[in-house]
Amino acid sequence: MQRNLEGYVGFANLPNQVYRKSVKRGFEFTLMVVGESGLGKSTLINSLFLTDLYSKDYPGPSLRIKKTVQVEQSKVLVKEGGVQLTLTIVDTPGFGDAVDNSNCWQPVINYIDSKCEDFLNAESRVNRRLMPDNRVHCCLYFIAPSGHGLKPLDIEFMKRLHDKVNVIPLIAKADTLTPEECQLFKKQIMKEIQEHKIQIYEFPDTEDDEDSKLIRKIKERMPLAVVGSNVVIEVNGKKVRGRQYPWGVAEVENGEHCDFTVLRNMLIRTHMQDLKDVTNNVHYENYRSRKLAAVTCNGGVDTSKTKNQMTRSPLAQMEEERREHVMKMKKMETEMEQVFEMKVKEKKQKLKDSEAELERRHEQMKKNLEAQYKELEEKKRHHDEEKSNWEAQQRILEQQKLDASKTMEKNKKKGKIF
Amino acid sequence: YNGTCLAKKGEGARAVPLAGHVGFDSMPDQLVNKSVNHGFCFNILCVGETGLGKSTLMDTLFNTKFEGEPTQHNQPGVQLKSNTYELQESNVRLKLTVVNTVGFGDQINKEDSYKSIVEFIDTQFEAYLQEELKIKRTLHSYHDTRIHACLYFIAPTGHSLKSLDLVTMKKLDSKVNIIPIIAKSDAISKSELTKFKIKITSELVSNGVQIYQFPTDDETVAEINSTMNGHLPFAVVGSTEEVKIGNKMVKARQYPWGTVQVENENHCDFVKLREMLIRVNMEDLREQTHTRHYELYRRCKLEEMGFKDTDPDCKPFSLQETYEAKRNEFMGDLQKKEEEMRQMFVQRVKEKEAELKEAEKELHEKFDRLKKLHQDEKKKLEDKKKSLDDELNGFKQKKTAAELLQSQAQQAGGSTTLKRDKERKK
Repeated sequence: MQRNLEGYVGFANLPNQVYRKSVKRGFEFTLMVVGESGLGKSTLINSLFLTDLYSKDYPGPSLRIKKTVQVEQSKVLVKEGGVQLTLTIVDTPGFGDAVDNSNCWQPVINYIDSKCEDFLNAESRVNRRLMPDNRVHCCLYFIAPSGHGLKPLDIEFMKRLHDKVNVIPLIAKADTLTPEECQLFKKQIMKEIQEHKIQIYEFPDTEDDEDSKLIRKIKERMPLAVVGSNVVIEVNGKKVRGRQYPWGVAEVENGEHCDFTVLRNMLIRTHMQDLKDVTNNVHYENYRSRKLAAVTCNGGVDTSKTKNQMTRSPLAQMEEERREHVMKMKKMETEMEQVFEMKVKEKKQKLKDSEAELERRHEQMKKNLEAQYKELEEKKRHHDEEKSNWEAQQRILEQQKLDASKTMEKNKKKGKIF
Repeated sequence: YNGTCLAKKGEGARAVPLAGHVGFDSMPDQLVNKSVNHGFCFNILCVGETGLGKSTLMDTLFNTKFEGEPTQHNQPGVQLKSNTYELQESNVRLKLTVVNTVGFGDQINKEDSYKSIVEFIDTQFEAYLQEELKIKRTLHSYHDTRIHACLYFIAPTGHSLKSLDLVTMKKLDSKVNIIPIIAKSDAISKSELTKFKIKITSELVSNGVQIYQFPTDDETVAEINSTMNGHLPFAVVGSTEEVKIGNKMVKARQYPWGTVQVENENHCDFVKLREMLIRVNMEDLREQTHTRHYELYRRCKLEEMGFKDTDPDCKPFSLQETYEAKRNEFMGDLQKKEEEMRQMFVQRVKEKEAELKEAEKELHEKFDRLKKLHQDEKKKLEDKKKSLDDELNGFKQKKTAAELLQSQAQQAGGSTTLKRDKERKK
C-alpha cells in the first residue's frame, strides 16, 4: 500500500548513496567492433573516446593483417569527472577480408560465449569474490557504404549474433553518401533487417516525455551513419574533428553531416548502463539457461518435462529425480516382496503336501502291520486253545490209562486177570 | 544490475588521456536513474522483548503509523511478523518490510528464542539462493526479502546486557547486520547512560559479538561514520505524539518534570540512528547483506551439499563439470541403493530356500526313521510268525506221534478195554 510520509525521513538520499558507491567502484564496459578492414573502425573508436586508443604503438585491426579472423582485445583506463572507466575494445582483424568468409563469425561467437562462460563459472563458484565483468556489452557492426543494401555477410553475421549480444549496425564512412543516398540506404537496410527478423539493440521505453521524444528521433535515424577522424581541423575559427576535402570539411560532430554525435550520446552518455543491463539480464541469462539446461535436462527431449525443469535449479531437479527414484524403488520392492511371498507359499504348500502323503503312507503301513498282528494273535489264540484242549484230553487219557493200569494191577493182584 | 562484481580496477589496462569531454562521467547518473526507476527495497528486523517500543520506534523513524496492535506477553514462542509498505519520498520509491519478533523474551525458558529468528533469516537467504540457482531465473525483478538490518533492542536496565541478549546477538552476528540500540532510553539518566554504553560495548567485545560498523572506506562519509561508530549503541526514544515547543510541533514524550524531544540530539540518539540507518548507510547495509552475509550462507550451503571449487588435483572445476560430477555421484548413489536392495532380496531368497530345504530334509529324515521302525516291527512280526509256525508244527508232530501211540495202544489192549467198556456198559 502506498503511504504518504509526514515529514522528511531521508531515504530520498538513497540515490546519492548509490551514486557515491558506484563512483568508488568504478565502471567497466566492453565494446566490440566488427567489420571489413578499411571501414574506419579504429578511427571511429578514437573519435568516440577522444583518445588514441589505436595509434602507431597500438595499431588498429585493419593494420594488423591476419590470415584468419582473430578476436583481440585492448584494455584502457580512462578517467573523467572523477569517474573511472575500464574500457575494453574488442576487434576482429581479418573479418570479411578473405575470399571465402564462411564461418568468419564463428570466432566472434566463440569469444562472446567464452566471456559468458567465464562469468558463469565465476558466478557459480562456492567461493566467489571478485567477479570482473568481461562480457561484451555492445557490438558495433560496420556496414560498407555501398548505397544499395546489406551484403549476405552482413545479414548472416547479424542473424547469428543478435541473440547473443546487443548489435548496433552503423553505416561506415558515411561521408561518401549524399543525404538522399543515405536516407534510401538506411530505409533499405532497415527493411532488410526487418525481413530477416534481425533484432538489433532497442532502446528501452521511458515514461519521461522528453526522453521518449529523443528516443523516437534516434530510432528514425537508424542505422546511424558515422564518420570518424583523428585529425583536428579549424573551421570558422573553431577547432573540430573532421575530414578535409578539396570541396570542404566533413565535420564529425556536425549533426547535419553525420550521426556521430547521436551515436556517441546514445552509446556513452545515455545508454551505456542500459546496454550493460540488457547484456546481463537478457543475453547472459539466455546463455546461462541454455548451458544449464544442457547439463541437467540431458538435451531436453520431452519438452513438457523440460519446461517444468526450467523453473527449478539443477539441484532441485536432482532432488525431484531422487524422489522419483525412491518411489520407483518402493514399487519395485513391493513387487519383489510379493513374488517372494508367493514363491515361499508355494514351496511351503508343496512341503505340506509331501508331508501329508508320507503320513498317509505310513499310516497305511502301520494299519497293515496291525492287521497282520491281529491275525497272528488270532491264530495263536486258536492254536493255544486247541493245544490246551488237546493237552487236557491227553491228560484225561493218561489218567484213564493210569487208572486202567492201576485197576489191572489190582486185578492182577486179585487174580482176576491172567 | 549495479555491479555485483567488484572489478579489479584497471587490471591489465593502460591509462590513456582524453582529448576532450567524452561523456561517460554520466555513468553514475545513468545507474542512479535506473535504480530510481526500478525502486528500492529495504528490510528491517526488530528484535527485542515485548514492550520495548519497537513498533513505536519504526513509526517514528519512518514518520508514519504502521499497522498492528501492541502484543500481549503471553505468546507461547517467538513468532516473526512481517509487513511490507510502499513508501515514497520525492521521486524515490521504497518497498520497506518491517519484521517484528513477537513474544521474544516472554517465555520462562528462553533457550530457543533465537532459533525462530535464525530460521527466518535463513529462510530468506534460501529463497534467494533457490532463485539464483534456477535455470530460468528472474533476479532482476525478484523481491528481495533478505534482512538488511537488525535493530537489537536492549532493555534500559542501566546495568548490563542480559544473557538472552548476548546469546541471541552471538547467533545473529554472522547472519545479519546488527545495530544494537538502547530502547526507551528516557528512563536512564545521562551519567548512567555513559556507563551503560561502555558496559554494553565491552561485553559485546569480550563475547566476540560482531556488530555492524558504519563503513569508513569512502572519504566522503568516513568521518561521520567513524564518529557515529563511537556513539554505539544508540540510546533512542520513540514517539508519534507531538508537543508544542516554542512555536513548533515536535515529536516528544511529555513528563511532569519535562519533555523529552525525540529529535533533540541532547535528549537522545534518535537523530543519529536515523542519519546512519537511512540517510547515510542504507545502501551499504544492503550491500553488506548481499556480499557478506548472503555469500557466507551460500558458501556453507553449497559446501554442505558437497560442492567444491577444485577437484582433488586442485584444478578448478567449471560449472558444467561440477554439475556433471554431482549428477554422476547422485546417479551412482541411486544405482548403489538399487543394487543393495536387489542383493538383499537375493540374500533373503537364498536364506529362505536353505530354510525350506532344511525343513524338507528333516521331513525326509523323520519318515526314514519311521520307515526303519516299521521295518523293525515287521521283522518282529515275522519272527513271531515263524515261532508260532514252529510251535504249530511241533504241536502237530506231537499230536501225530501221540495219536500214533494211542492207536497202537488201543490195538493192543483194545479188547481189554473193549471188554471193560462192555462190562461197564452192562
